[in-house]
This record gives sequence, structure tokens and C-alpha cells, in this order.
Amino acid sequence: MITTKEILNLLPYSDPFLFVDEIKEVNDQGCEGVYRFRENLPFYRGHFKEQPVTPGVILTECCAQIGLVCLGIYLLLNEEQTFSGKLQIAMSSAEMEFLKATFPNEEVRVVSEKVYFRFSKLKCKVKMYNSHNEMVCKGTIAGMIKPGQHA
Amino acid sequence: MSKEDRYQTLIGIIKPYLPDDISADSINRDSHLINELNINSANLVDIVLDVEDAFDITLENEEMDDMQTVGDALNIIESKVN
Repeated sequence: MITTKEILNLLPYSDPFLFVDEIKEVNDQGCEGVYRFRENLPFYRGHFKEQPVTPGVILTECCAQIGLVCLGIYLLLNEEQTFSGKLQIAMSSAEMEFLKATFPNEEVRVVSEKVYFRFSKLKCKVKMYNSHNEMVCKGTIAGMIKPGQHA
Repeated sequence: MSKEDRYQTLIGIIKPYLPDDISADSINRDSHLINELNINSANLVDIVLDVEDAFDITLENEEMDDMQTVGDALNIIESKVN
């Protein structure tokens, strides 16, 4: 059985582009995890000038890292006995709707639900909630994820 | 459904995934899906899933790897529906 810690260790991101703190739940149908947006993240200086708001692309990235990549690693580990942990990944599409602004130091929770994982393509419905359990954004994200040479 | 019908159905499935700079008229049996029609690997998966639904068949990973041209796709479909 794979632990959520092992999945986190296999994520191919680092500061300032790692948007996963903890995985709360993962199974073959989906993944749930949390992330707190640190106030010192570099994009807050420019988005917007003197009025920091988390950009939609970053919310999308957070949804993709928790909802797709963490789930994808779990699915690959279950499927491939010989999986080395090296990944080839690429986001292929994202259709998102943004409902509420997210500010520095807010913690968000992402919940994903697998639509399909076939021929190395993982497509999920994703939803992000803030600490008041209000929906921040939702959408459908897909990407290619397979064992590869690049970490 | 005749063989020609299946070809036309396949073309109809491929068309929406063509990039803007590729004309649907340029598709023929020898067209290479990735190299000539510029379909990326993520869209190729969606084409395969649409093919599975349209012809009520299931493709394996190896068959997807062998599906290089429109003709290859048609051959796989022909071998599965009969």
C-alpha cells in the first residue's frame, strides 16, 4: 500500500511552484488534499500591484497538482510494479470556472474525481474550497502522465 | 455499417481534433495522425475513446501504439467489429 507521504516525495515540483501540503485521501477514484498559499509567494508582488490575489492560473495549477498529479502517481504506483518514480507529465487541457478570490495565507482544499485514466491520459473533475467551505473554483483538467526519464 | 461508412465515421471523429491549420479535406488513409495531421497525444487518446464509443469496441495499449495512420486505425476497427 502506498502512503500519501511517498506520493508527496515523488511530486516533481519544488518551491516556489509546489502547491501541495498534504494529501487527506486518495483512492482509484480521486484525491483530496490541502495547500496554504504562503504570503511570500513571488507572484503576489505583481498580481496585483499592492493588492495580492492568487491568480487563476495558480489556482488551476494547485488543482492539477493535487487533483491530477497526486492521483496519477497513486494510479501509476498501483498499476506498474516496476515504476521507478520518474515521471513524464504534461497538462493537456483545463476548463475552469473561478467563483471566489483567494488571498495570501488562505488554505484551500482540492477534491478531484476521476473521469478516466486511459492510454496515459488522466482526466478529472476538480473542485477547490476555502476554509469556510465555499467553492473557490471548479472545472475539468486533463493531462498525460507516464513513467519516464525526467524526474 | 459498410466499410466505407466506418471510414466516414472515423473521419467524422477525427475532424474536431484537427488543428486550425489542417484542412479536413487533406485526410486520407495514409495520413499520419501525429506527424501529418498534427494531432497531439492527449487528443489522440480522446479520438480512441470516441472510436470505442462509436463502434462499441475496446482498444488495448498496444493497439493504440500501432495506430499511426488513419488506415491503421481503420484496420484495427475492422478487426474488432467483425
